[in-house]
Amino acid sequence: MKPPSEIDSAVADNPVAGIDQSRGDFKYDVTYEFDAGTGLNENTVRYISQVKKEEPWLLEFRLKALQTFLEKPLPTHWATKDLENINFDKIRYYLASGQKPKRTWDEVPDDIKQTFERLGIPEQERKFLAGVEAQFDSEAAYSNIKEAVAKQGVIFVNSTEGLREHPEIFRKFFGKVIPTGDNKFSALNSAVFSGGSFIYVPPGVKVSHPLQAYFRINAENFGQFERTLIIADEGAEVVYMEGCTAPKFSTSTLHSAVVELVALKGAKIQYITVQNWANNVFNLVTKRGVAHEDAEIKWIDCNIGSRLTMKYPGVVLKGERARGEVLSIALANDGQHQDTGAKMIHAANHTTSNVIAKSISVGQGRSTYRGVVHIPKHLRGCKNNTECDALLINANSRTDTYPAISVRGDRNATQHEASVSKVSEDMIFYMQSRGLTEAQAMSLAVNGFINDLARQFPMEYSVELKRLIDLEMEGSVG
Amino acid sequence: MSKLEIKDFRVSIGDKPIVKGFNLTINSGEVHAIMGPNGTGKSTLAKAIAGHPDYAVTGGDVLLDGKSVLAMEPDERARAGLFLAFQYPSEIPGVSIANFLRAAVQARMAEGEELDATGYYKRLYSKMDLLKIDRKFTSRSVNEGFSGGEKKRCEILQMAMLEPKFALMDETDSGLDIDALRIVADGVNALRGGQLGIMLITHYQRLLDYIVPDFVHVMYDGRLVKSGDKSLALELEAKGYDWVKQELAAASA
Repeated sequence: MKPPSEIDSAVADNPVAGIDQSRGDFKYDVTYEFDAGTGLNENTVRYISQVKKEEPWLLEFRLKALQTFLEKPLPTHWATKDLENINFDKIRYYLASGQKPKRTWDEVPDDIKQTFERLGIPEQERKFLAGVEAQFDSEAAYSNIKEAVAKQGVIFVNSTEGLREHPEIFRKFFGKVIPTGDNKFSALNSAVFSGGSFIYVPPGVKVSHPLQAYFRINAENFGQFERTLIIADEGAEVVYMEGCTAPKFSTSTLHSAVVELVALKGAKIQYITVQNWANNVFNLVTKRGVAHEDAEIKWIDCNIGSRLTMKYPGVVLKGERARGEVLSIALANDGQHQDTGAKMIHAANHTTSNVIAKSISVGQGRSTYRGVVHIPKHLRGCKNNTECDALLINANSRTDTYPAISVRGDRNATQHEASVSKVSEDMIFYMQSRGLTEAQAMSLAVNGFINDLARQFPMEYSVELKRLIDLEMEGSVG
Repeated sequence: MSKLEIKDFRVSIGDKPIVKGFNLTINSGEVHAIMGPNGTGKSTLAKAIAGHPDYAVTGGDVLLDGKSVLAMEPDERARAGLFLAFQYPSEIPGVSIANFLRAAVQARMAEGEELDATGYYKRLYSKMDLLKIDRKFTSRSVNEGFSGGEKKRCEILQMAMLEPKFALMDETDSGLDIDALRIVADGVNALRGGQLGIMLITHYQRLLDYIVPDFVHVMYDGRLVKSGDKSLALELEAKGYDWVKQELAAASA
């Protein structure tokens, strides 16, 4: 093991690990036991399936998905042409040091343990989490759930273990919310997926503290393809949070996850993401949940990092009175494009959905909102509320909004509000005349803009988000 | 004891000269009223002293305790002890007055030094009591949806908390009804004297019924043309600004 390439300050004071990309910009050289090599073909898929000792049906599933991926064109007819800069032949699709995650930090190999310690994860786990899974490149290095929570029958393992040890639950829901062919990147994930969480919460169990997953990319020219499946059985409740970091490489890195949520009758799932990848990462993620009768799914999605993010968390409101919510914050700085949004598919009477999206464009940064709200004609008593607000910091920042709302029939209600505002020179001067520097003034304006949304986040996250915005703004003023 | 010296100060907007050789010295504890007709450069003067980037200083100097402020950023001037009370204060959506002021107070502290939250709120509440401001006021977003009177009250509260050496009050009376005017004037009167020097810019005499200045100056065409005590304001009220213009015309004829 070599010392890290860059030393930064201690992370002990960092309350939420992984949110601050600058703290994640270091790298240890790790020897990988398993390496699928560079590029993608049938052999890559067979290799992954083989080292994971998978059942034949899954290899079949993967190979079919590979076919779908190869057949589907890049969605550049509506999405950015920057996607064409991903060189799928130069990416490494599977890198792992071992197959089975450790249950205690002591057992985790030193070089990997050190990475996570530096990111503050063991400390955070002790403080306020019910369980942690820490993924290093393709596989989880560590996975543990507090005994009290496990005793309630809650399952929290990585996807490989989930498949192996709980096939009866896993297979029933896997790939049902997001079919392989949903889009080119869900197909890619289905072909080469590895890692991610599998969670099952039994009927009536309310997990009192959040479960956290942490995704770390360590290798260059690497693709991380985790697959997460969360099932909350009838009346169950769970909060899941994910964080991520990667070192800054000059070459591009791909992160393409698929996340499926199933909230059965009366269940509640809250899924919180603070995405702060290094700005060489293409972050192309498909996230969707199905909410059954009286169930509730809430996505809280913050995108600060990456080069290009394309992500539109969705909820299929399948049972009567189901509720879906997306609260989204995106910050696009120089060289970044945050293409985010939400999908709300109403499929039962008296379902409600709420989307609040706020985006901030700084410098040459670009943010795009895409939303789909679908309420078919035969339904009644459905409600949707969509608000998207964009804040532009500089004259050359850019924002676009593409809402697609199809509401048929006259027994449903929808409202859509959009606004674009600019941080004016007068506003900055006003704050400066009170003694705040230009960067402090900008931070305050941005934090004010997202304040009503950030207040709905868990405390640790909103505090850290604010600090992160301060950092971004500091760098944006000349 | 502090001193604000404005010497032969010249300011342009684009190519157009607005302030054309303005001279005035203000000492701690003094209240100077600057009066004059619209478009004579009063607001430009105040904003240029505070460092607004749209105004180009083309000559002269502004010295705070002997030190020029002209090379300083607006925030440095503020931290050095200048305060501009805005005629039209900006709205800052989502930022409460309490948090805004807290950030401004924190900005005045040395790096690494942490604000004592309990002490801060104690001080904030005592200032609010002094200015007879309701406790709920500071949880509202800065100036967002405020009436004219509330905006001015917010400015006065900031002035009270930031304890500047010199306050430049730009048309503090504009857009106020008589009740709001009285509240603002009471606030200024509560803060005046002691270490605070005030430049009070106003178009009308009526504010001076409530804030009695130590000195009254008349600004016309970018410079001071007449100075006196509070009786000058009354004379202006009676005779109008045309009187000053005629006097000037006669003098230059």
